[in-house]
Amino acid sequence: MATKKRNQKREPVFKAQVVNLTVNGQVHALEMGSGPGDIEPFHTLSHTLRETLGLTGTKISCDNGACGACTVLIDGKAMLSCMTLTIECDGKNVTTIEGLGDPKTGMVDTLQQSFIDHTAFQCGFCTPGMIMSAKALLSENPSPTEEEVKEGLSGNFCRCISHYHVVKAVLAASEK
Amino acid sequence: MKDKYRFIGKVVPRLDASEIVAGRAKFLNDIKLQDMLYGKVLRSPYPHALIKKVDKKKALKLPGVKAILTWEDVPDWKGGTPRYTRILDHKVRYVGDAVALVAATNEEIAKEALRLIEVDYEVLPAVFDMEKALEPDAPQLYDEFPGNIVTPGVPFFGPKSLQDVVMGDTEKGFAEADIITEGTFGYENIPNPLPPEPPGAIGLWEEPNKLTLWVSNQASYMDKITLFHVMGRKVEVRSIGGPCGGSFGSKFMSWQVQTYAALLSKATGKPVKLVFTKEEHLAAFTVRPSSRMRARVGMKKDGTVTAVSGQWLIDTGYYSMTTQSQVAVGCGEVQIMVRCPNWDLKPVIVCTNRNASGIVRGFGGQELKCILIPLLSLAMEKLDIDPFEFLKKHYVKPGDGYFWRDGIWYTYRGVDYSPAMDKGAEAFCWKEKWKGWLTPTSIHGSKQRGVGVGVHGNADIGEDASEAYVRLHPDGTAMLFSCVTEHGTGQRSNYAKMVAEVLQLPLENVSITPSDSLINPYEFGPAGSRGTYAIGSAVIRAAEDAKKKLFELMAPKFQTEPGDLDTSDGMVFVRDNPEKKIAWKGMSIDRTITGFGRFEPDYTLTNCMMSFVEVEVDTETGKVDLVNVVNATDAGKIIDPQGLEGQLNGCLGSAGIDSAIFEETILDRSSGHTLNANMIDYKWRTFSELPVIKNVVLETPFPSHRFHAVGIGEVATSPGPSAVLMAVSNAIGVWLHEYPVTPEKVLKALGKISSRNQKGGTQ
Repeated sequence: MATKKRNQKREPVFKAQVVNLTVNGQVHALEMGSGPGDIEPFHTLSHTLRETLGLTGTKISCDNGACGACTVLIDGKAMLSCMTLTIECDGKNVTTIEGLGDPKTGMVDTLQQSFIDHTAFQCGFCTPGMIMSAKALLSENPSPTEEEVKEGLSGNFCRCISHYHVVKAVLAASEK
Repeated sequence: MKDKYRFIGKVVPRLDASEIVAGRAKFLNDIKLQDMLYGKVLRSPYPHALIKKVDKKKALKLPGVKAILTWEDVPDWKGGTPRYTRILDHKVRYVGDAVALVAATNEEIAKEALRLIEVDYEVLPAVFDMEKALEPDAPQLYDEFPGNIVTPGVPFFGPKSLQDVVMGDTEKGFAEADIITEGTFGYENIPNPLPPEPPGAIGLWEEPNKLTLWVSNQASYMDKITLFHVMGRKVEVRSIGGPCGGSFGSKFMSWQVQTYAALLSKATGKPVKLVFTKEEHLAAFTVRPSSRMRARVGMKKDGTVTAVSGQWLIDTGYYSMTTQSQVAVGCGEVQIMVRCPNWDLKPVIVCTNRNASGIVRGFGGQELKCILIPLLSLAMEKLDIDPFEFLKKHYVKPGDGYFWRDGIWYTYRGVDYSPAMDKGAEAFCWKEKWKGWLTPTSIHGSKQRGVGVGVHGNADIGEDASEAYVRLHPDGTAMLFSCVTEHGTGQRSNYAKMVAEVLQLPLENVSITPSDSLINPYEFGPAGSRGTYAIGSAVIRAAEDAKKKLFELMAPKFQTEPGDLDTSDGMVFVRDNPEKKIAWKGMSIDRTITGFGRFEPDYTLTNCMMSFVEVEVDTETGKVDLVNVVNATDAGKIIDPQGLEGQLNGCLGSAGIDSAIFEETILDRSSGHTLNANMIDYKWRTFSELPVIKNVVLETPFPSHRFHAVGIGEVATSPGPSAVLMAVSNAIGVWLHEYPVTPEKVLKALGKISSRNQKGGTQ
């Protein structure tokens, strides 16, 4: 069994005492600590978004990486914010559901509008995560087939069974 | 025929659509109050034990911990029917039972405090099987329930509350039968309806006896009522509902999480939020009741059922709040499904040491049908009777009757559902696919397909009372006061539609109050598919009452009778001379007009859902794939096409069809632990595995309310599971007797693997 050499100089795992995080275009310098507004090493990104930054559009359901409710975009890729530590996100660019559309006019973007037009939700709790997964899918693959949409959303849990409406909404929002 | 409606039946965006897609909908856990504390629950690791001692000293020393409550610290509040289950007790009755409650400045500290609480238990023997629980020497869960048998009956349903189906003379019935079959079936996989949003509450206690509760519930007004009784009828409760992230029945009763938040707020003087983790949701919140039945069925060659006799065992887990209600409704529903003059069906509700059963879509009827339809099928098989024709023939017809949950006989006055069933069969190609009992529809290599059909319906569409106000404003707008909460069906938007239709107002001129019990009248809430008929009727009547008062007020200005007036787009006009018109502000700008509407229970109408399923079974692996589903119903009049389709597609999830295929809560019957209390091990259907669903909805006007509609959403999950069991049995040519039809059960039925040795080791 390997033992640690106590006196060996080690690089600190996290150099920064501040995590610089860009969320929906706004830069946040989050200090490490235990005070209000600080972040602790065990804080997940979903926790930081919801509790520290007040962005409650991102939902926590299983909190265990199984259901996709907490999906956000990190540097454009769909990621589970409940399985991502905030300290891992230094220098990263995060987009949440609140970051879609035009914040000035309050207009939703075309994908969100398509969800409205197709009533692609029932209780709506899984919807932000669903939309963020679909957003990532469409940015990687602007003209997906129905099967590709289903594959792209297969990590998102919906209990009301809005799946059929969601597939229609995503296909309608894709480039033909 | 030209549609006469302006909004009813039209596709319009839901009122909350923009908020939902933009992430602005404020669900319970999105609410933060000033100085709010966070609650956590210490849970028992033993299925049955006495708490000898709790040492909370270490935990109390942890900075940030504000209160720790055990059974010795709390008032004698009790839930259950009858109310025998204390909020915190000196005895724990399942793995996960609450031992202590903690409030702290954040969740992490509260969690840490749980680790520091020391508890001494005296472990007691536990029982996990209902038949074993009924044995004379079985461990006893409650002194009040000797033999672990829960007191039958539901006070809320009245003195004659239905407790069984006993009528006619079964001996005579069996003597008249051409065939008598007997068997045992079980629907015991205790699936969890598992809404994505976990149960939770925020409580704010104000001395001496006032409680404000923020809740997540499909029926938030009822939290006020339930807690009033649980808290010994001494506390004034205000419940504030908001968007509910799924319920499927389950959150109708959230009294435990709510009382935990209330008690912690009472102890600290601060608002306390307590939200269950997903593990708690899966292992310590309510699941479907388990059902098992051994029964005899007598049948004639033409499919006439002459007698049904059997004992229906229902495992309610460690307590029952609503299981008696589910049994009552299930017993009523079974008479709607099958016509039989001679019954001796006796339910027994049993307590065992697992998490409690509670409300789930299908409310007793799904549980009973999942075992009774297979029992009827055994007889149908012997007589070579087509199950579709059988179910169609037997389903309640106008003029037929049934004893409903209150023990009173009602005569059905709705439409005949046979045409809807025929349309469904046609859409499914039933005639082509049905090859006879225990016969596959097709065989391709190891893939064998089979078909099945099920039916369900209830008279709950007119259950319980609803009240609403509609207030008219001089600026040509109207506000609906209703304590309905939005839980996914879109009904809040539909009530706005109904008000707009009655008053002929643009939809954007109709708003709805928040579902706050302080400002709204009584509302039982959307349950049992009652939203469209029962709640809808109260809303319609309120709008009509407001309109009547408006005309009474305005008639003198037109020098005419109120009956000669009509209104549209905020203008009142003379019906025969529309040029004579006055804007609503003519009522005077310092006035509002309020109409009141109330719905009284009516059990003479029922809804109906027939589901056809086609499955493909891989006889090498045992895997069952759901290929096609057709749901057939008659809704009278479709109010909201998209919402209705969503509800019917919901047949798969929330402990519905998939509870026949792969969904189950796996209980370790030696330790009492739930083995799959997470969303990786608890299986759910993904996008990649969607079957083709067709929904066939007829619109035959019902004698319900002015839009002639009835609700159907709740029951969508219910006919499917027994249809799957039938389909898989047909596909492989062997009867399956238990749910879900996992690969292991299929391979066992095919004789490809041997039964697991109960004592361990290989055979």
